[in-house]
Amino acid sequence: MAQVRTSSEVAFNRLAIVAVLVATVIFLAPIYWIASTAFKPRNLATTVPPTIVFQPEVSPFVKLFTKRSQLRAQPTPEEYAAAPWWERVVFDGGEKVVRDGKGAVQWSGYPSRFMNSLIVAITSTVLAVGMGTLTAYGFSRFRVKGEQDWLFFILSTRMLPPVVVAIPMFLMYRVVGLNDTHIGLIILYTAFNLSFSVWLMKGFIDEIPKEYEEAALVDGYTRMQAFFKVVLPEAATGIAATAVFCFITAWNEYAFALIMTNRRAQTAPPFIPSQVGSGIPDWTVIAAGTFLFLLPVAIFTFLLRNHLLRGMSFGAIRK
Amino acid sequence: MMTTLDSNSRAAARGLSDLSIRNLFIIPTILFLIVFNIFPLIYSLGYSFTDFRASTNAPANFVGLQNYRELLNDPFVWSNFAITAQYVIVSVAGQLVVGFGVAMLLNRDIPFKGLLTTLLLLPMMLSMAVVGLFWKLLYDPSFGIINYALGLGTFEWLANPKMALYAVALTDIWMWSPFVMLLSLAGLSAVPKHLYEAAAIDRAGPFYTFFRITLPLVAPILMIAVIFRTMEAFKTFDLAYILTSQPTTELISIRLYKMAFQEWQTGRSCALAYIVLIMVIAITNIYVKYLNKVKER
Repeated sequence: MAQVRTSSEVAFNRLAIVAVLVATVIFLAPIYWIASTAFKPRNLATTVPPTIVFQPEVSPFVKLFTKRSQLRAQPTPEEYAAAPWWERVVFDGGEKVVRDGKGAVQWSGYPSRFMNSLIVAITSTVLAVGMGTLTAYGFSRFRVKGEQDWLFFILSTRMLPPVVVAIPMFLMYRVVGLNDTHIGLIILYTAFNLSFSVWLMKGFIDEIPKEYEEAALVDGYTRMQAFFKVVLPEAATGIAATAVFCFITAWNEYAFALIMTNRRAQTAPPFIPSQVGSGIPDWTVIAAGTFLFLLPVAIFTFLLRNHLLRGMSFGAIRK
Repeated sequence: MMTTLDSNSRAAARGLSDLSIRNLFIIPTILFLIVFNIFPLIYSLGYSFTDFRASTNAPANFVGLQNYRELLNDPFVWSNFAITAQYVIVSVAGQLVVGFGVAMLLNRDIPFKGLLTTLLLLPMMLSMAVVGLFWKLLYDPSFGIINYALGLGTFEWLANPKMALYAVALTDIWMWSPFVMLLSLAGLSAVPKHLYEAAAIDRAGPFYTFFRITLPLVAPILMIAVIFRTMEAFKTFDLAYILTSQPTTELISIRLYKMAFQEWQTGRSCALAYIVLIMVIAITNIYVKYLNKVKER
């Protein structure tokens, strides 16, 4: 049917498109502000009015990774000339890079927190998706007595407020010495993500026709072989999407990490806010840390774009 | 010797029985969740009847229902619940209006629609704690871009006891409107086109079309979004904890955290955790019932 549109409809449509663009700009403004502050010289981060056009520099990232102290005296010209470019950047900011007795540059707290985040998020994702896929297959293909109740039980463990779970876990971890360890945090995140991964994977496996495995069984495969050689390859997209969701949840988690870790196993989310203590915070360094921390999630969001609806609704709504 | 080998290889050919595979696949997960989710709750139920303080070595004394009685009679705890309720209403209502509104605008032929949608969804994927922290700079009364963009001069957001809760809610609306938008878009795209054509033939006005066709058909999916966001908003901890320390923004999760890990009233905090838990279970039940209803359609 050829659409006949009145001029007012066309005008309304144009207006809506403009409104969408305005909304997009507003929604992205805070993210743009993080990204741009991460490349600003310190004196331009908190100007009135805000600085929008500037010469980008990488000094915030140099400061993010190094331990620094206030300069007591200006460096001599020879010292300045001998210093590598990144050390000069710190000199320019009125600070100097802290070196140990052997002259090695001291790292700031950030890289180890970032590594902790990676270790904890990746390990807990592998565990949660691995166990979740098996369990989802069990629920999808076999008769389980009280299936709905079990699935509800699995889901309900996810609904608890983190602080409610954290109080007894903290006491128990204290007894067995798991506070401030990677393993302690990995267990918590695996438990947290497991319910999600069971629900999401069950949806994906339900969509794989049973006939595929039955044909494999007729061909002499065992049930195990059929699962590994027929079902898993078919479920690969679903597994990848579930894994990315679990990774993002563990990567972003704050409350458990705040309560259960303080130094050795601390992840980036509780570390970054702890940098805004007393005194005037250097927002360029915070922005640089935030920017690096958000980057993987932003990339994953684009990769996941076709699965977002399903993942965010626990598999309740499928396209 | 021969016979054992034989029976072994035959067993390998048959593989594990379906029953044992089912158990092998399901039971570890159930056990894991019982050990790390249910057992801790039983553990803390025990402590909730004691005056235990985790900061001292003093043994826990059984005090019966005293913790529960005192908590339920404590006006400060009730005010924490009232603040939480206010926060939930403001932020979920805001997300509903903004999210559904943007979805209505997006639900047409727009160049680069896929890219725009993904960009709009970005905030909800980011870490609440880390991005929330940065909103401190955005809200800064003298050099924040929010006051600058809105021309509000040196308006106080976070340091203002009356405004702080709304500031936290506004950040939450920014983060989670995309979620409502995502679900609304799915609902809107499922409305059959012929209904609109029929309405156009009948010369129905835009208001009639919206209230009689669009809204009723999208309502179930909007309801899922509302229940989901209500549960999450009720649990909010990160955002409010990081953005402000005003007494007017002390949500129930924050009270619980302070009671447990700053005042070290461990027994009492276990009791409060149980009160919160019962509330969450109630909301979850409504949610799951609704979820099943929608799934059946």
